[in-house]
Amino acid sequence: MTTASSSTGHRSDPALFDYLLRLGDDSLILAQRLSEWCGHAPMIEVDLSISNVALDLVGQATLLLDYAGEVEGKGRDGDKLAFHRDALRFRNCLLVEQPNGDFGQTMARQYLFSTCQRLLFRGLAQSTDARLAGIAAKALKEIEYHADWSAEWVVRLGDGTPESRERMINGFAWMWRFVDELFQVDEIDAAIAKAGIAPARDSLRAAFNAELKKTFEAATLPLAPLPAAILGGRKGHHSEHLGHLLAAMQFLPRAYPGATW
Amino acid sequence: MYTTELQKHPSKPVAATEPQELIDAFEARVAADEFIEPKDWMPAAYRRTLVRQISQHAHSEIVGMLPEGNWISRAPSLRRKAVLLAKVQDEGGHGLYLYAAAETLGTAREEMIEALHTGKAKYSTIFNYPTLTWADIGAIGWLVDGAAIMNQVPLQRTSYGPYARAMVRVCKEESFHQRQGYEIMMCMANGTPEQKEMAQDALNRWWWPSLMMFGPPDDESPNTAQSMRWRIKRDTNDELRQHFVDVTVPQAEFLGLTVPDPKLKFNDKTGHYEFGEIDWSEFWNVVKGEGPVAKERMHDRVKAWDEGAWVRDAAAAHAAKQHGARQAAE
Repeated sequence: MTTASSSTGHRSDPALFDYLLRLGDDSLILAQRLSEWCGHAPMIEVDLSISNVALDLVGQATLLLDYAGEVEGKGRDGDKLAFHRDALRFRNCLLVEQPNGDFGQTMARQYLFSTCQRLLFRGLAQSTDARLAGIAAKALKEIEYHADWSAEWVVRLGDGTPESRERMINGFAWMWRFVDELFQVDEIDAAIAKAGIAPARDSLRAAFNAELKKTFEAATLPLAPLPAAILGGRKGHHSEHLGHLLAAMQFLPRAYPGATW
Repeated sequence: MYTTELQKHPSKPVAATEPQELIDAFEARVAADEFIEPKDWMPAAYRRTLVRQISQHAHSEIVGMLPEGNWISRAPSLRRKAVLLAKVQDEGGHGLYLYAAAETLGTAREEMIEALHTGKAKYSTIFNYPTLTWADIGAIGWLVDGAAIMNQVPLQRTSYGPYARAMVRVCKEESFHQRQGYEIMMCMANGTPEQKEMAQDALNRWWWPSLMMFGPPDDESPNTAQSMRWRIKRDTNDELRQHFVDVTVPQAEFLGLTVPDPKLKFNDKTGHYEFGEIDWSEFWNVVKGEGPVAKERMHDRVKAWDEGAWVRDAAAAHAAKQHGARQAAE
């Protein structure tokens, strides 16, 4: 199917299309999860910052999915891709679709995702694909904040009280099995990396681990070897949670297919 | 979002123990449209009334995040999702600076939130109505934020400096909210038959509660005179309500929607719309906490606050440790 030579940002490039879906769906699904907190956060300041992160992620998703639609060349835009695909066609990682749980679980998910996304987008900002490089450079400013903000909360909760420490540990315990997927390289990633469009995900692992070690030391939290990896998101095999999330998110455009909003 | 006095009993009269020369000087400053600042002397009743009004306003912003937040996960396009998230986030921001303004009067945020959760403090009755369809998000922006703007624009000149300054920023954002709501309504009213039906249904349900947002009629609003003298309030409830009807009815006509009031008609002589009788028993029931989703709203607020306690405790504990470590290092 895909060869490296076709993955150079040209239109109707299936590998680039799939790769952009992966990026855009990660942002979209995490935004959807975070927006569930809106109005329900532990304090107003946190409510504002969570909504802000969600808003940034919706913006990223819009730019990435619009571009994906253009690359696909079948007339689909970001909305069409967001609201008219079923779970099998979503390409996000399993991490972002995990339920919010308590605030500790939400912050564990955010920290793991944003830390990885920061490393990835630093590379993407140098992409040979100018459009993607532009999107990444804009998003990177937001992601730097998301990563710092979530790391600060990991430290605060890890170091705070015995209860918050336990909740932070439990929050990470839910998420660890989904970390390996963030660094998986399949034939699409390989083709994209070879074309200089994005860094290979496995090349980010060492920097990610170093970051994790630093944050966990500051948070006085223990780091243990990761459990067996659960994979599947990039191929459309998701957790049971995604279908419910999509059912709510896609309800209106699906129920009224001819309508514009 | 909402600033009309909801306590039926009038404020206590100025305590006789307050020195007359201070009262006179205060009244003269207010009458001259000067701002009163946190460290200035003020009558205890003025302080009490302001804390009640500003905190009620702050509570309304925070509770007001819930009905619209109900639709963020179901917003029908990426653009609508982003706009609604930003809008609800703005309301949270309003709540934050209103609590901060009230805190300058010597009452802690936790104390005000406690008063909300125990039912002692009120918030706008409008948020005790449910958001049933996407058109409700349009109707809230158009009508509820539209009514809020009418209430709040005069408060940019209210006598208490921190409140007036908070209102300047709030009003800028509210006018954006009102426009986004009206834009949703235009889209729905010009959309498919099902969308138009949703738009009309939303107007039917939100019209009367929006008129109630201006508070009880002037002859049943015992605090109005005192509040106007103190420049805490600049127009009466009925004046503001009339202004809202005059501005909003042509907007409904432009949408091709029908205002649900058979008695509504334009009076050529006065230049104002005449409108039907408001169901004040419904209003007072909602004020008492008997609105359709009052229980859900308070349940959600209390749950968020209680479940967030460990987070706030952890943040405080970590900050204290950091502070201790810094002091030890010095």
